[in-house]
Amino acid sequence: MKNEFKVIADLIEKDKRVLDVGCADGTLMKFLKDNKNIDIRGLEISKDKVQKCIAKGLTVIEGNAEKDLSQFPDKSFDYVVLSQTLQAFLNPELVINELLRVGNKAIVTIPNFGYWKIRLHLLTKGTMPITKTLPDEWYNTPNLHMCTIKDFVHFVKSRNFKIFKSLALNNEDVSLINNSNLGIKNLFADLGIFLIEK
Amino acid sequence: MTFIMNTEINLKTLIVKKPLKLDCGKTINNFPIAYETYGSLNKNKDNAILIFHALTGDQFVTGLNPITNKDGWWSYAVGPDKAIDTNKYFIICSNVIGGCMGSFGPSHKDPNTQKILGTNFPVITINDMVNAQNNLLDHFGIEKLFSVVGGSMGGMQVLQFISNFPDKAKTVIPIACTSSHSAQNIAFNELGRQAITADNNWNEGNYNTKETVPNRGLAVARMAAHITYLSKKSLQEKFGRKLQEREEIKFSFDADFQIESYLRYQGSVFVDRFDANSYLYITRAMDYFDLGKQFKGNLSDAFKETEAKFFIISFTSDWLYPTQENKDIVIALNAIGADVGFVEIESDKGHDSFLLDVPNFLNSLKNFLDKSYTEN
Repeated sequence: MKNEFKVIADLIEKDKRVLDVGCADGTLMKFLKDNKNIDIRGLEISKDKVQKCIAKGLTVIEGNAEKDLSQFPDKSFDYVVLSQTLQAFLNPELVINELLRVGNKAIVTIPNFGYWKIRLHLLTKGTMPITKTLPDEWYNTPNLHMCTIKDFVHFVKSRNFKIFKSLALNNEDVSLINNSNLGIKNLFADLGIFLIEK
Repeated sequence: MTFIMNTEINLKTLIVKKPLKLDCGKTINNFPIAYETYGSLNKNKDNAILIFHALTGDQFVTGLNPITNKDGWWSYAVGPDKAIDTNKYFIICSNVIGGCMGSFGPSHKDPNTQKILGTNFPVITINDMVNAQNNLLDHFGIEKLFSVVGGSMGGMQVLQFISNFPDKAKTVIPIACTSSHSAQNIAFNELGRQAITADNNWNEGNYNTKETVPNRGLAVARMAAHITYLSKKSLQEKFGRKLQEREEIKFSFDADFQIESYLRYQGSVFVDRFDANSYLYITRAMDYFDLGKQFKGNLSDAFKETEAKFFIISFTSDWLYPTQENKDIVIALNAIGADVGFVEIESDKGHDSFLLDVPNFLNSLKNFLDKSYTEN
């Protein structure tokens, strides 16, 4: 299991109720269910991935986060997880609002567009950056709204959401993000992980 | 051949002594429910699955149907090592009341007059059907089913069953169905009923002698309905404008096109195994189905008493019970935090997909059942 999922799992206490939005093949769901006794649900748009979840015995709903989150009642989950998909939505702000309506807390991870390799790529080559976390070309990427760790922190603050924890991930290294190191982390982390609440 | 119950073949039948009050207000008692079982019930009696059949189905889910000498209607899904594995599970399926395969229906005779009941049979509902079938659980001494499963009208019965008996099933699988029959569905059913009642042989439902059965009307009803079970794409790919055993059109009203010949065949084989009055009664029961209405318009309330695990399945090309109608059930369940999974299966085969060899569907069904069973 990738490091990102281990970090997410560490943020969730045992016996909670969790919705994994964009749960893909259910790797994180299965881990949470087996190791933390989590009552876990998934929402996934890809038919193939839904099949994989069902094969793992996971409860998954085929659907689109931008439309289908609305069917869940307010605060019906302890945590709602959104891993590396925020940038792919037409309206990320709406999705964040929905996550925070449906869940008491949300765990959102974003690929950091401020990562130094991305900056360097754009600076030196002058073309849209392609990295391990962002492997697609500009014309076929599902990512519509890329942002940096700094952008996301500013956004969350501007909406007066509470940030419980901000973590920077660079390969295997996990570190805390705070006000004083935000600029540095925004340069050296390729992934940001945020635990937020409305 | 015309429809007559073959009394040579011994149908397994439970005579229900307990009176059943129907939604129409009438009460029936001492009535038969014809059923079939597959696999064996384990010691704990926790491996039973009740399958509900669709409009023209019967209790012969799989293997050879002794009446039609054809494969059972869900042979792709049910059998040893199949999605609904008869090596593992004990399968029960019964003919719905109103049907014509041994359960109490309009082709039964009035004991006093020895004439068929015909339209003297009471109008029944999906609710009546599941209340009648619930007697089978007592018969087998089953407190809680492992699962209730059904497609189309079978799915409606699944929903009604878990609403009526919230503690009696661990898992619930409504497939390609709806919680409320749409205007379009009612319209198609009405077309079928009009075809039957317009046949002079129907004779207000009294067609006691086998020479005067409303086969023409029933065949037309089946033909119209059959189109709704397929998709435009599958019809086009299978038949297109291909001609039937001829090089040129004949400038006549013969079956020039293969699709015409195919539909005529579907109609003609159907009348051999189905009763026109049953068709009227069962389609009516479907039209009356509106589960939300039973709960003052709040569908969620139909499920609020149950802790069962739901798995809802729809098909992309099903325009009779489209994905959105299946999704409405998912939404109602999510609104009360129920345990519900949902998948829309990619298939060109229309509403009939659930009866056919659609691997992603059959795999989903098997995975859901087997994984849920191990968690038992």
